[in-house]
Amino acid sequence: MTQTRYYRTRSPEPEKEKTGVGGGTAMRVIVPLQGVVQGRGGLVLGSIIPCALFYFLQFYLKRNRDDPDDKNESNSTSQNPTTRSPSSEHLTELPGLTRSLSRALLSPRNSGPVSISARVSGIVKGGDSPYYMGLKRVKEDPYDELDNPNGVIQLGLAENKLSLDLVKDWLAENAREAILGNGKELSVSGIAPYQPFDGLMEFKVAVAGFMSQVMENAVSFNPSQMVLTAGATPAIEILSFCLADTGNAFLVPTPYYPGFDRDVKWRTGVEIIHVPCRSAENFHLSIAALDRSFNQAKKRGLKVRGVIISNPSNPVGNLLNRETLYSLLDFAREKNIHIISNEILAGSTHGNEEFVSMAEIVDQEDTDRKRVHIVYGLSKDLSLPGFRVGVIYTFNEDVLAAARKLSRFSATSAPTQCLLISMLSDTKFVRTFITTNRERLQRMYVQLVAGLEKMGIKSIKSSGGFYCWADMSGFISSYSEKGEVELWDKLLNIGKVNVTPGSCCHCIEPGWFRFCFATLTEKDIPVVMERIQKVLKPVN
Amino acid sequence: MAIEIEKPSSVRLSKVAISKTHGEDSPYFAGWKAYDENPYDEIHNQSGVIQMGLAENQVSFDLLEKYLEEHHEVSSSGKGAPGFRENALFQDYHGLKSFRQAMANFMEQIRGGKAKFDPDRIVLTAGATAANELLTFILADPGDALLVPTPYYPGFDRDLRWRTGVKIVPIHCNSSNNFQITPEALEAAYQSAESMDLKVRGILITNPSNPLGSTIQSSVLNDILDFAVHKNIHLVSDEIYSGSTFSPSEFVSIAEILRNRNYKDAERVHIVYSLSKDLGLPGFRVGTIYSYNDDVVTTARRMSSFTLISSQTQHLLACMLSNHEFTQNYIKTNRERLNKRYDMIIQGLKKAGIECLKGNAGLFCWMNLSPLLNEPTRQGELELWNIILNQVKLNISPGSSCHCSEPGWFRVCFANMSEQTLRVALQRIHKFMEQRKVCSVNQ
Repeated sequence: MTQTRYYRTRSPEPEKEKTGVGGGTAMRVIVPLQGVVQGRGGLVLGSIIPCALFYFLQFYLKRNRDDPDDKNESNSTSQNPTTRSPSSEHLTELPGLTRSLSRALLSPRNSGPVSISARVSGIVKGGDSPYYMGLKRVKEDPYDELDNPNGVIQLGLAENKLSLDLVKDWLAENAREAILGNGKELSVSGIAPYQPFDGLMEFKVAVAGFMSQVMENAVSFNPSQMVLTAGATPAIEILSFCLADTGNAFLVPTPYYPGFDRDVKWRTGVEIIHVPCRSAENFHLSIAALDRSFNQAKKRGLKVRGVIISNPSNPVGNLLNRETLYSLLDFAREKNIHIISNEILAGSTHGNEEFVSMAEIVDQEDTDRKRVHIVYGLSKDLSLPGFRVGVIYTFNEDVLAAARKLSRFSATSAPTQCLLISMLSDTKFVRTFITTNRERLQRMYVQLVAGLEKMGIKSIKSSGGFYCWADMSGFISSYSEKGEVELWDKLLNIGKVNVTPGSCCHCIEPGWFRFCFATLTEKDIPVVMERIQKVLKPVN
Repeated sequence: MAIEIEKPSSVRLSKVAISKTHGEDSPYFAGWKAYDENPYDEIHNQSGVIQMGLAENQVSFDLLEKYLEEHHEVSSSGKGAPGFRENALFQDYHGLKSFRQAMANFMEQIRGGKAKFDPDRIVLTAGATAANELLTFILADPGDALLVPTPYYPGFDRDLRWRTGVKIVPIHCNSSNNFQITPEALEAAYQSAESMDLKVRGILITNPSNPLGSTIQSSVLNDILDFAVHKNIHLVSDEIYSGSTFSPSEFVSIAEILRNRNYKDAERVHIVYSLSKDLGLPGFRVGTIYSYNDDVVTTARRMSSFTLISSQTQHLLACMLSNHEFTQNYIKTNRERLNKRYDMIIQGLKKAGIECLKGNAGLFCWMNLSPLLNEPTRQGELELWNIILNQVKLNISPGSSCHCSEPGWFRVCFANMSEQTLRVALQRIHKFMEQRKVCSVNQ
């Protein structure tokens, strides 16, 4: 009985829509008929006959089209990789739930499987995107110089292993006291009990100091405006919950980090509107494109609540310059929307370009601070993704209050905080780390780009991040997502190199690939080049 | 400045952000605030508010400290290049295998081996708060309902409802049968949901119960499971206090019930656990979802990306929980100490003329102050609560915050303080009761 009601209230189902279409045609036949009949047969006949005709029309139509239930069984959520964006492995509202319900209607109540929510049933059945498939393959068959020289080389994970030795050395000397003591008596009772969910103040102070150092002291961060979370992933999600309602949207320049689809949209019901950036402009953000997308959204009836930028960007690795940031703020002010600035790679800049934080921009703009929110974390700059430390930094008191409460669902672990307080407070260590790390990133970047260049693969100049964004459109069989995914597949399964195809990042131009280099050693570069060479077949 | 400058239109926040569904305006939280502003200290602030509204377990810290002192390699991460490197980079939402194995073993030990847990069905979350919210996202859609027996943990209003948009429909329990859940109450709750046009997706029970401090009987668990099967809905069993039963034989887990049924109907059952209560480590943020449903496990795992446990913490705890000698001793000692505390507070309250519900688990007791109410209403209860908080300076939790249908019941936590402080608290209660007797005699 419950299921029946649910079936009634759920809308729209695909069968219903198809029925609607058939009904429309039928109505065009029936209404005049009705008039004819009513003229002679009165109201009763006038109603019954068209209804009967309608019924038979439906019956006829139904017999002659494919049964929607059968279609749903096989490919409701499994994406056809050539026609559908592979990165939508997560959320779409799908009829999966209806399918199980209709089975339950036919059989006794107890025998149907207990259903999970509609909002997640798609994720369960959905196929995986190249992004995740590639990661899986590396896990199953990881390259090792000695033990597994034919294994898959990982170039698809934006991780930085280049400077882990520095962190390891520090920990070897300082860890124990750091976790339990902090100079005081060894005590579990300090770290064990309930802590403020948004992070220990001491830790916030340390993180604020680190952020400042990482951004070359161009701006200082106030610990009281921080909410710490278990990684930047929940930081993004929490901000989505705070700034937008279900059905609202954020503008996000493409190509973007594939994880945003999950972080921004999944549980929040918020949409992402793509703002395409193009190679002609080196994939830099254009305010004109933002404006166009905003207006298109408006026409579609979507309320835009903010813009999400990543600076340095992922996957391109370029920086937003001061002028663009100011223009962005003007745009946000004009439309009265928020700006989320994901600056998680601020400490991983290399090269000569200046990094400018959104915090620096609003430092002088007092009135607009409430619309700016910065996301940061220790996963990239400090190579500690496992420790789960993310930051929401905001000037907006209401967002702070809400985010603080929401952080209970994604709080950082106390012993980890204690450990890191010591590490981050060691300014000498931090300074050495940042400098050394930048040098190593620069070195690897230069080598990778040179290696690719030799094979005729050009990349966009990057000043930050662990990757280069390379144009392989000259090597794909067809200038399309299909062609791109085919090349990705070859690189993975023949070349045994895992890279990220631009379509995962919603890049509007096919053929671009992200190559992460910070998981490699210098020795690996020639091996990578050799493998790629093996696969390439220029298309005329 | 005489000139009025027009304020720019402020940029709006979402409904979730401004909603009060976080529930933090209730007395439950107001009491904590009062404590924060004036906390009792044995030496420095003897007239401060004693915190008895926080279900934290501090009675067994020394055991943990001893362990960490004797096992340096656990807390230092400089174990050797491969060990540290892997750990720092590890952000796989499957979680450290060694940690999951250790959790599974620990959960089995707590249940005296009467249930088996498969480490691959364990999904890790940063605390049980996250686990409960995650399950709600997975099992129900916005506007759907979960049935929850009253009285229940005040945090559920926030954890189950806030971001999920799911509603809670109470299963009313009362003192006539020691607040046990009955099939009639289950059915009544279900009907109530139907009449409000809400689709019920599951039942969430806490066993042992918070705030009652008692375990759910085997027969009742069977009734609840039968009901869930009959209505084709889910059953979530939050067993966060399973290691805090005073006597191991008195706790029956839903896992045991399923085992006895050969795991028939298991795919609708999900267990929540955490180390925050049993191991007294709420700051570590360690929770788990154990599900017998493959789809739920898969989805929960993916969704746990929003709430992963620090790899460092996983490693530390994997070592600790894999040490059988330690866990065996810890579980046993912890139970004894909690039992002792419980006896102490019950005796103390009895001497003051206060009765409590017969409890056998948890970090609190369920105290009956209904004879003291001016009027047998929620208002009367809150008035009394106010007096206890502001005059007696004890933060206890009023039953109304737990949605108890009978006014006058209060939850009193006893494991988050030293024995000395507990004695002070009991003295204050005694004095308060004496004063009231005198007052009523004089009237």
